[in-house]
Amino acid sequence: MEIEKVNKISRRKLLGGAATAAVMLVQTASGKAVQAGFTHAELDDPTKVPGVLPGTLGSRSPFEKPVKAPSSTSSRTPLQDLYGTITPSDLHFERHHGGVPAIDPAQYKLTIHGMVQKPMVFTLADLKRFPSVTRVGFLECSGNYRGADDGKIRPQEICGLTSQSEWTGVSLSTLFREVGVSSKASWFLAEGGDSAVMTRSIPIKKGWDDAIIAYAQNGEAVRPEQGYPARLFLPGWEGNTNIKWIRRIEVSDQPFMTREETSKYTEPVADGKIRQFSFTMDARSIITYPSYPAQVEKGYIEIRGIAWSGRGKIVTVEISTNAGKSWNTAVLQEPVMDKSITAFRFLWKWDGSPTEIMSRAVDETGYVQPFLKQLLAARGGNMGYHFNPVTAWAIERDGRVLFRAT
Amino acid sequence: MAGIVVSAFTIKVKNDRQTFLTQSDTLQPPERYGFGRVATEREIAMLDIDVRPDGKGLPPGQGNSVRGREIYIAKCSACHGATGVEGPNDRLVVGDTTLVKSRRVKTIGNYWPYATTVFDYVRRAMPFNAPGSLTDEEVYSLTAYLLHANGLIDAKKELNAKSLPQVVMPAKKYFVPDDRQDGPVIR
Ligand code: HEC
Repeated sequence: MEIEKVNKISRRKLLGGAATAAVMLVQTASGKAVQAGFTHAELDDPTKVPGVLPGTLGSRSPFEKPVKAPSSTSSRTPLQDLYGTITPSDLHFERHHGGVPAIDPAQYKLTIHGMVQKPMVFTLADLKRFPSVTRVGFLECSGNYRGADDGKIRPQEICGLTSQSEWTGVSLSTLFREVGVSSKASWFLAEGGDSAVMTRSIPIKKGWDDAIIAYAQNGEAVRPEQGYPARLFLPGWEGNTNIKWIRRIEVSDQPFMTREETSKYTEPVADGKIRQFSFTMDARSIITYPSYPAQVEKGYIEIRGIAWSGRGKIVTVEISTNAGKSWNTAVLQEPVMDKSITAFRFLWKWDGSPTEIMSRAVDETGYVQPFLKQLLAARGGNMGYHFNPVTAWAIERDGRVLFRAT
Repeated sequence: MAGIVVSAFTIKVKNDRQTFLTQSDTLQPPERYGFGRVATEREIAMLDIDVRPDGKGLPPGQGNSVRGREIYIAKCSACHGATGVEGPNDRLVVGDTTLVKSRRVKTIGNYWPYATTVFDYVRRAMPFNAPGSLTDEEVYSLTAYLLHANGLIDAKKELNAKSLPQVVMPAKKYFVPDDRQDGPVIR
């Protein structure tokens, strides 16, 4: 009874101010504390009050307020506020074309038909009965580059349509065997159950290689924004192909040329050509500390950031602290995983003079992250999807950190 | 610890770690698990709304731009503009591009490689506030209107499962498959 009361009040104390704190102390067994006439600062000492009892759901400290940055079509991950490589599920970026649908898992069905021996319907429970696979992998929207002339732009805005999770589900190859996909099939259509009824054509080889129908993300059911109750996960491939809320797969011998692979997610390149089916995400990195809007001081600075490649593992991240004149190798934080975000760090001593710092990712195929100028030159001066340039940060004399295009 | 974990198997396996690893209690995967059920033709038909460039998936029915224009004004113009160029949402008609600054205009008339995509997309996703509400005849008519407004077909041309795949789209010749590869070349 007494403990119950204390606990309730101390909960309130966490949210409330000094007034509740005082009341709380009067009612606790340790009336001694009050009689001794402690100051307000001492009342805030967490060692002087019992803490909150175990609960049913954990929550973030009220002092921590990382938030996504939403627009009408997407919401960006606060890369500059995160640590390590796994994106908390509620901070995973969002991009959808018709809003987040509400799907009852008991009604959910995945239908696979077309060039198969046996067209089949799987419930969510069916999907979970198959052998499961788990892997870590990044997801990135292919329209994920922004800059700002005044330099006042955070990693969240520059490339916050990148996130990473541990995904669990059934290998699509397992389902392909179950329905008996024809050996003549070369593509499949993946279709979502959202109001955009999102569709993409995927080469059948990717389905056999490493595609997953994922029903879990970071140890729990996939979040609604990420495709609850099940989504397609294609390691290393552009975000849009990872169809969320997947309801249907049609196996075919040609692509379907949906709006999302013709009007959108194609990029003008050199000679007036338009590049299509650019699935793989090229290697990229960004320094997340120090980055705008941080302000730094002279002395030791651990430069930190993340690097990833849709072609495989990151092998090197190079750092320049003199605007690209010379490069050093960053330390990669284990584990370095295939088609996953890898964290890097580089200890630097800033002498207080203005300079530019930047990172450059190299993946296991030998691809080296290009400068913006190189990308523009390779694509006939066109911007568009699949822009992964080196991001530079200018360190001003007063310690301000500002974005610079490369 | 190993003794505890492997006690069930150790009798046969002795100290040979390799043998132990291959003699787990996991069965070889079967050809089929037998989970899920066969999809009926009816339920596939209800879901299978996609249309391929060769016309596979196009339903019976037809429409022309005259009828399409009426539907467009009633159901689409609020978001795409009176003539398909004004917005506020995506521009659907190339129209006069001389007034457009900076960004290249990418729309049905100068960017879309297949006419069938117009039918497929409008039927599945538009109007944005009531997706999937149009009849097949309405979609044929709207497709005809959008293709005509982009100067690609005559005002009176009837579009149906046969004629729609034959509409020639000027942008098709520009499309090339991804030529990026693993390795150092930037493309
Ligand atoms: C409530 C507003 C709204 C209405 C009404 C509406 N649309 Fe749209 N339309 C949109 C939005 C928003 C998009 C972009 C969706 C996206 O980004 O995925 C779009 C996209 C499109 C596109 C693709 C454009 C491109 O270049 O990729 C076509 C075609 C289209 N609409 C046709 C129509 C037709 C035909 C109608 C009438 C039946 C219609 N729309 C009614 C809002 C609307």
